[in-house]
Amino acid sequence: MTWRKLLRTGWPIIPVVSALLLTGFLLIAFGVSPVDGFGAMLQGAFGDYNKVLNVTAFWVPLALSSAGLILAFTAGLWNIGIEGQIVMGAIAASWLALKFDLPSPWQIVFQLLAAMIAGALWAGVTGILKTRGRVHEIFGGLALNNLAIIFTNYLISGPWQPPEGGTFRGTAPFQDKAILPLFADSRLSLISVVLLLVALISVYLLLRGTSWGLKLKALGKNPRSAFLLGVSSERELLIALMLCGALAGLGGAVRVTSWFDSLRQSISGGIGYLSLLVVMLSNFSVVPTPFIAYFFSAVLNGSITLQLRTQLHSSLGGIMTGVMVLLVLLFGDIRVFNFFAHQKSKELADE
Amino acid sequence: MNESEFIQILSSIILQATPLMLAVCGETITERVGVVNLSLDGTMLLAAMTGFVSAYLSDSVLIGFIAAGVVGSLFAIIVAYGSIRLRKDQYAIGFVLTLLGDKLSAYLGQNYTRIPGPRVSHLGIPILKDIPILGPLFFDHDLLVYFTFILVFVTWWWLFHTQSGLKLRSAGERPEAGFARGVNINRLRYVYTIIGGALVGIAGAAYSLDIKLGWAEGSTRGLGWIALAIVIFGGWSPIRGALGALLFGGSKALAAVLQRQYPDVSLVAFNTLPWLLMIAVLLAVGSDLTDRLIAIAPRRLRQQLRQSLKIRPPAALGQPFTPGESGDV
Repeated sequence: MTWRKLLRTGWPIIPVVSALLLTGFLLIAFGVSPVDGFGAMLQGAFGDYNKVLNVTAFWVPLALSSAGLILAFTAGLWNIGIEGQIVMGAIAASWLALKFDLPSPWQIVFQLLAAMIAGALWAGVTGILKTRGRVHEIFGGLALNNLAIIFTNYLISGPWQPPEGGTFRGTAPFQDKAILPLFADSRLSLISVVLLLVALISVYLLLRGTSWGLKLKALGKNPRSAFLLGVSSERELLIALMLCGALAGLGGAVRVTSWFDSLRQSISGGIGYLSLLVVMLSNFSVVPTPFIAYFFSAVLNGSITLQLRTQLHSSLGGIMTGVMVLLVLLFGDIRVFNFFAHQKSKELADE
Repeated sequence: MNESEFIQILSSIILQATPLMLAVCGETITERVGVVNLSLDGTMLLAAMTGFVSAYLSDSVLIGFIAAGVVGSLFAIIVAYGSIRLRKDQYAIGFVLTLLGDKLSAYLGQNYTRIPGPRVSHLGIPILKDIPILGPLFFDHDLLVYFTFILVFVTWWWLFHTQSGLKLRSAGERPEAGFARGVNINRLRYVYTIIGGALVGIAGAAYSLDIKLGWAEGSTRGLGWIALAIVIFGGWSPIRGALGALLFGGSKALAAVLQRQYPDVSLVAFNTLPWLLMIAVLLAVGSDLTDRLIAIAPRRLRQQLRQSLKIRPPAALGQPFTPGESGDV
């Protein structure tokens, strides 16, 4: 097929150009010139210093959960439940923020720890359902996502309703010491960036340099033979899922303690599902993940500005990233991030 | 609650469950032929939007359903092409399509939210609808409901009692055996995946044109995933799948009744019902619970129970097939 050959030779540019063409067409179809539309998106993402900081602030939890997902995917697990793990992390952090009064540095430290534990436990439920109940993690995770979201709505409209009452949108703002120190006027906390770097490096080292990482890879590639070789699958799967949940929970805590200052109705804002796309595009390797996550964050923040300027629905950004990921999945034999994923694709080719 | 109220509730459960039955039936066909189309949730959202807008613009419900079916089969073609021709991960493709369908429906339908539009008109079947109990339950709905009932039975009969059905199932169970008997496995997979996708699309439009009238962003969100779970619970049989859909429709009606009985309990508590039920039914078919149940049954019944209760996915589900290459690992 010649057009497939064309796709191969023109590779890295093609998914990006196709996504831009499609979104450009969608802009025209709704009466906005693509120049204005993409201009608004670009300005919304990088227009001024503050915009860049906000893109970065949105990026932190997204990259945190993406880092966790690499562990889950390496073990061969589809952790769709990550959305709920983010939400449970946010709830746990909010619980401490609203109901406890600890001395200053410990308040926020315990909030972050509680969030990681909550995320890990929520992921553990998915894991137990899979290993003991043979409920596929996609379905277990999905049901738990919805339960977590319903739980948030219950808390906001019930026990944690702000005293002035009335709104279904969020709790009262947290006390000052329960919020991460923010950079300048933005919603970005430098501490969260440091935590993210630590997480990325840990995941990288775990998978590259430890026997546990090796076991996990063996499990993901072929569960049956790994079992025969004596890798206890249940324990490794649970640990991988719970580590992923812990990072997602931390991401949720970052959402409530820096992006917002309270628990909100859609606290995750789809970050969990988005991080699944990020990791698919990165071909499940650590190095390109933060860059792709940053790009996604820019597109999403840009499309919010697009909505403000043109009244068009902000889901256009989601369409753009979705089309890109779909094309890479379908035709990505020669990968966009070949440079980074060199080793990985060689391994795959050997199979 | 008196008798007529009770029958009214049951009748509304059947109506509520109709789109789920359609989606479950479509996905059952798809998975029986060996392909997993995970994109149900996004497909149904996009189809619900497309169906409503097409029907609104053309003022014809039929055109709405046709457009929705086309959307469903287009998504199915992407899944089929990606997994059969390109041999890529069908779960990944399906998941991306889920998100893409969601976003596309929100964007494309943004000017048509919360406006009244055409709907499927009620059509009681004369004479039959006057039969006590059965009449109001089954014969006093609209064409879509009758179509769904007939479809479920035809699909079941087709799958298990015809030559074509046998070929279809062979593609999902033992493609190499089917291939040896001259069945073009991959062509079958294309055809039935597209048919299944079209039914899922029609299910989406069934919401916007019949059950949850009109379009709003995310109006059917979550229902696609429930349908996917029901396919498993239904043991990949259209009739058991339809019963599963009724169970979920029933849980919704139950929530409404409970809410009236216990107004103190927070409304959101009842929203958890379908998701708890989803975990429960998957646990029931996945864990060794059924085995234990069979073990305590009288000896004479065990074999029969095992046959009717034990379920097992099609053996080659989700596995690509290349002629001349054994599917065994």
